Amino acid sequence: MAVSRKLVLRFPDRLVDRPIVSRLVKDFDLDFNILKASVTPGEEGLLIMELSGEQRNYEKGIQYLTDTGVQIQSLSQDVVRNEKRCTHCGACITICPTGAFTLDPKNRMVKFDDTKCIVCELCVKACPPRAMDLHF
Amino acid sequence: MSKTIAEINEKIKKGQAVVATAEEIIEIARKKGVSQTAKEVDVVTTGTFGPMCSSGAYLNIGHSAPRIKLGGGRVYLNDVPVYTGVAAVDIILGATAIPDDDPKNRVHPGEFIYGGGHVIEELVARKDIQLVATAYGTDCYPRKKLETWINIDKINEAVLFNIRNAYQNYGVAVNLSDHTIYTYMGVLKPKMGNANFCSAGQLSPLLNDPLYKTIGIGTRIFLGGGIGYVTWHGTQHNPSVPRSENGVPKRPAGALAVNGDLKQMKPEWLVGTSYLGYGSTLTVGLGIPIPITSEEILQYTLVTDSDIYAPVIDYSEAYPQRKSEVIAEVSYAELKNGKIKVKSKEIPTASLSSYPKAVEIAGILKEWIKKGEFLLTEPVAPLPGVDSGYTCKSLEERPIS
Repeated sequence: MAVSRKLVLRFPDRLVDRPIVSRLVKDFDLDFNILKASVTPGEEGLLIMELSGEQRNYEKGIQYLTDTGVQIQSLSQDVVRNEKRCTHCGACITICPTGAFTLDPKNRMVKFDDTKCIVCELCVKACPPRAMDLHF
Repeated sequence: MSKTIAEINEKIKKGQAVVATAEEIIEIARKKGVSQTAKEVDVVTTGTFGPMCSSGAYLNIGHSAPRIKLGGGRVYLNDVPVYTGVAAVDIILGATAIPDDDPKNRVHPGEFIYGGGHVIEELVARKDIQLVATAYGTDCYPRKKLETWINIDKINEAVLFNIRNAYQNYGVAVNLSDHTIYTYMGVLKPKMGNANFCSAGQLSPLLNDPLYKTIGIGTRIFLGGGIGYVTWHGTQHNPSVPRSENGVPKRPAGALAVNGDLKQMKPEWLVGTSYLGYGSTLTVGLGIPIPITSEEILQYTLVTDSDIYAPVIDYSEAYPQRKSEVIAEVSYAELKNGKIKVKSKEIPTASLSSYPKAVEIAGILKEWIKKGEFLLTEPVAPLPGVDSGYTCKSLEERPIS
């Protein structure tokens, strides 16, 4: 069975200069699509990517990353809507590149589908009441 | 068939008034016909919840011992500067004021995360606000410095004071340039990548009374979750714009100046908001009841989103350069559908005004009236109307030397 998940990987500074993700392709036959990558001033690496492949290989790949010392978090927890702050205006809808925000045609409330979110953060600053929070 | 406002108020007091929102009334009249609906329905409620930059508040903080004359001095509320050019302890806080040390647009686009609108929201939420003042000192007001917490419950007056709210219709913003721009109409993507609009359309107060036949000076309204009043026409009130046959303006037209006691308002209806690269402001909830005194007045409230047209304006060139170019006219039905077609290009649309909140406001006002808690008022004077010759002027610059 094939799986595909969006993950946030954190590389401690001792791992930043080592090739790790490429092993996922070579050794575990997995495919990846990098959505975002950065190295912080403290030299911790952050990589947001979609990882896909056969379930068994996927599990082995995740095990390899964990054994190496990479911290893994699933992506959907990372941009969170503060429901009390959101006014359902809709300013975010056309800003989001992946269409994670949609209008409910019945009541015109703005729905946020966090499985579509790629944590580009464009909505965070484009939201007038600042209802979109980042949780890394 | 006609009813007076006094007769409607009698029914409200007895808890017998029939009230519908400006959204519900469309369906009611479709089923029952205009003349029957005008007989049965007494009040139609409207609502809007959008960014209104011309909002502010004035406060009288009470006299300290020894006394200080803030007038002519400098005062900050949570680091946001306020206007002090009146009397001794009265201050005026504007929604778009920002702290002196805000980076503004030095790194473009600036975030403007905290400003006067946010102070108003926190004040109404009954949070303590830090007041820091310096003054020049006089014989009768000797003090020169004051640093204290203030709270809305402990100061004298706290009045919401908005000089232009509830715009009757508004432009639809697009960007014809090849780079993203950051405006008061939100983030606009290049080459008409998106179109932002800002009106509740068929629920918006002045679009349901397009010729200002019931709304005037003295009209009691829902303002910021409490009760307020229309106190004047809004600045830039512009009734003489092109209109459709139904009287509905096809351009931004009328506006209202409104006042109300901040102490009875609620923070969920006065929300401090930030426009990336533009500034901070206050998003205001406002609703107005329309007394159904005749079939004609009812007819105006039956307006639907497909009857209301707005101009599409380029905010990269036409707007900043004050050119009156209109790229297209589109209806609110199209805008709310999620896309408009302009120059044969399909453009996704988004709103800056919250329609669900507008529905909620019209609903709250309806409940207040049905329960007999909110009586209607007869305007003491009309707003400048279509035939008044009143217009909004542009600035004609004249060299000083």
